[in-house]
Amino acid sequence: MDIKEIIQTTNAFLIEEFEADPAKIAPEANLKSTLELDSLDYIDLVVVIENNFGFKVNPEDFQSIITFQDFYDYVARCLKQKELV
Amino acid sequence: MNRVVITGMGIYSCIGKDQAEVRDSLYKGKSGIVMDPERKAFGYRSALTGAIERPNLKGLLDRRARLTMPEQAEFAYVSTVEALAQARIDPDYIERTDIGLLFGNDSTARAVIESMDVIREKKDTMLVGSGSVFQTMNSTVNMNLATIFKLRGVNFSVSAACASGSHAIGLGYMFIKNGMQDCVICGGAQEVNKYAMGNFDGIATFSMRENEPEKASRPFDRDRDGLVPSGGAATVILESLGSAQRRGATILGEVLGYGFSSNGAHISNPTVEGPVRSLQIALKDAGMQPGDIPYINAHATSTPAGDASEAKALYEVFGASNPYISSTKSMTGHECWMAGASEIVYSMLMMQHGFIAPNINLENPDEDAARLNIADRTINKDFNIFLSNSFGFGGTNSSLIVRKWEGK
Repeated sequence: MDIKEIIQTTNAFLIEEFEADPAKIAPEANLKSTLELDSLDYIDLVVVIENNFGFKVNPEDFQSIITFQDFYDYVARCLKQKELV
Repeated sequence: MNRVVITGMGIYSCIGKDQAEVRDSLYKGKSGIVMDPERKAFGYRSALTGAIERPNLKGLLDRRARLTMPEQAEFAYVSTVEALAQARIDPDYIERTDIGLLFGNDSTARAVIESMDVIREKKDTMLVGSGSVFQTMNSTVNMNLATIFKLRGVNFSVSAACASGSHAIGLGYMFIKNGMQDCVICGGAQEVNKYAMGNFDGIATFSMRENEPEKASRPFDRDRDGLVPSGGAATVILESLGSAQRRGATILGEVLGYGFSSNGAHISNPTVEGPVRSLQIALKDAGMQPGDIPYINAHATSTPAGDASEAKALYEVFGASNPYISSTKSMTGHECWMAGASEIVYSMLMMQHGFIAPNINLENPDEDAARLNIADRTINKDFNIFLSNSFGFGGTNSSLIVRKWEGK
């Protein structure tokens, strides 16, 4: 899966399952404030990532994800590691 | 002691999704029972059930609210919106008043089973998601509604098997009567899915008349062969008379009596003596004699033992006065945890519109029922008081008496 597909898939589930406003999704936008995420929402992010990308997230990893771009890059890194394994 | 009145009602059931639809179904004697092939494939002996679809709440409630709601909470949300609108209780009033919430609910099977299936498959509890824990607790209806409507008064669920909804109203009545609350949203909710009723089916409680779904629920009839499971939700807004008058609310009825008892006997077999005591306590609480009650909404679920036992109890207390009796479960099936609340709504609708809904499918009353005045067809009749019975496994009994509000 290339970065373009990762961005498309991610944005699709954020719009569908997190009811994100498509107009507010931008690479540099703040993920938490744009999606109004609370602590429970991060659990659901773990679930949608597993369902869509097939890997289990370590919840602590979210601490370093600030922007949407951070999120896309994190998914790309994890998928690459998964392929290497 | 405060007088306790009803200022709002809501209903979401297999015979209608609001008061107007339900009133028409009750008047016409319309059944809401169908055959569900999915249950047969799942291993049910009887695939009969009340048919009710899940409401689409997208656009009405945000994602966080919807995630924590199993279907019975969704049903209860819809019935409570209708009830609050009728009572003209809006968010501003809720913010200024400590309104309570007492809902009857005694299972949340689908949420438990589906979440455990995910954990078993994924071997990771986090992958069950954040909504599951709030869906799987028995108090799920209360925790969801109290959060959505921002309620700040008494808040807990009542689990009393098939008398849950009735006891919830009885408890709300006591909280208000004793001056501890001015307004309590009461009700009952029941999930409708293959997971919720499998073990109930397994003890041979359900009607096997699958070839005639609409004729399967036949309380008091000689040829009845079991109940038909059903569900949905019903809401009744209880309020002190003083509160209702201060707000200028339209008062629909007054709760006059709450009777309750425990059989102290078998876990599933009914008794006559237990319900008799519940009826007598309700009459005493209301300061009434049996002859003051013109209509009784019976618990009668269409089981051979249960209906016969209730008929004997009704005859013992009301044999001399001979009021009209019907079981609306003949149309709705047994709405279980919801039934005690929905049957208050059904009886209120009849009382408001001047008719007694029929006990459909009563073709040949059995020996006990033949001694009672059971309405086998719609009776056009004005009446101003009714009693509603609800009984449950473990021998829990509840009887409520309600009078039409006629201005004083």
